[in-house]
Amino acid sequence: MNQRTTDITVGLFMLAGLAALLFLALQVSGLSPKSAESTYVVYADFNDTGGLTPRGRVSMAGVTIGSIDSIRLNKETFQARVAMSIHSDVDNIPADSAAVIRTSGLLGEQYIDISIGGEMESLKPGDTFYSTQSAMNIERLISNFASGK
Amino acid sequence: MIDRIASLGRTGIDLVLSFGRAGRFLAGVLSGVPRPVTGFPLLMKQLYSVGVLSLAIIVVSGLFIGMVLGLQGYTILSDFGSEAAIGQMIALTLVRELGPVVTALLFAGRAGSALTAEIGLMKATEQLSSMEMMGVDPLRRVIAPRLWAGFIAMPVLAVIFSMVGIWGGMLVGVEWLGVFEGSYWGNMQASVDFRDDVINGVIKSVVFGFVCAWIAVYQGYDCVPTSAGISSATTKTVVYSSLAVLGLDFVLTAVMFGNF
Repeated sequence: MNQRTTDITVGLFMLAGLAALLFLALQVSGLSPKSAESTYVVYADFNDTGGLTPRGRVSMAGVTIGSIDSIRLNKETFQARVAMSIHSDVDNIPADSAAVIRTSGLLGEQYIDISIGGEMESLKPGDTFYSTQSAMNIERLISNFASGK
Repeated sequence: MIDRIASLGRTGIDLVLSFGRAGRFLAGVLSGVPRPVTGFPLLMKQLYSVGVLSLAIIVVSGLFIGMVLGLQGYTILSDFGSEAAIGQMIALTLVRELGPVVTALLFAGRAGSALTAEIGLMKATEQLSSMEMMGVDPLRRVIAPRLWAGFIAMPVLAVIFSMVGIWGGMLVGVEWLGVFEGSYWGNMQASVDFRDDVINGVIKSVVFGFVCAWIAVYQGYDCVPTSAGISSATTKTVVYSSLAVLGLDFVLTAVMFGNF
């Protein structure tokens, strides 16, 4: 086989590798060029985040409108401070909305659902949700039920 | 009794000695950077025989491993009613573990053994020493292109393996067993992270490629130049490469994914 054919085959091989990496990036890990699209960050303090993880989704009425950036412990209030980035085209979340941690399905992953308030003013970048509802904890639920509270 | 202790000591010294020789050999190969003009065609030729010709076995085994993962995952997950998580399971297993590891094992069997046998035969027929006589450095002319080719080809092969496997899993899970296609890809995209999972998998395969190629060319270069010597060197290549890959995989996994 002459040098030219070898070069071309190897070139095709490398291109196939590159295409496969692109496939893994875009289709498998969902790394879309759009995710670099402009977002703004809002915060919420929870008593218990349960199994919430970074990169989890933030939704409103079931539609994904953002993702969770980070979950940190606020050492002063001993609450979990969750930073989430919301797509900037959703810029009219009422300021008195509540952030609720929900589970998709019975065993699915946990996500933040924003239940809409009635205020005319909307949340600005860097604001914190006024009210939150922590993750549903089945053990606590059962113990409350058992103790009759 | 004394003889036994002495032989134990000799084995230890031999082991350390061979590690030292392998290290010096590697330093010799790497210090002789391939010359861009003359080295490039040699590298291309090796990339062809090591990479392109390994493609068939990689694609076929990737397809079947993905399909088996799809079947097994479906049976286990449908017990919990969460067969939609099958995409996530297949993608994470392939990208993190099976892609790099199985590719490295196949690579050691398919390409590593061929490299060892080729270099070993060159040594046995005194081609290497005659090159030295002509003033051509065999490390630079013969060994370096093969080492670099293995090093470059492995990540490419591993990425292709993962892609084909994920596609094979979709074939079984979505087309055959009827998992909803949207949840197959959606669950996958929600749980696979590009930097944490895909890039770490590529890093793994880079390390494996380096180790496999190094073991293969060193075993060939260092073999006893007889037919028995070449055969035992080829065996050693496969055995040592597999052990090194599996051992390193544990260490790399603990470093990359063990959050402690």
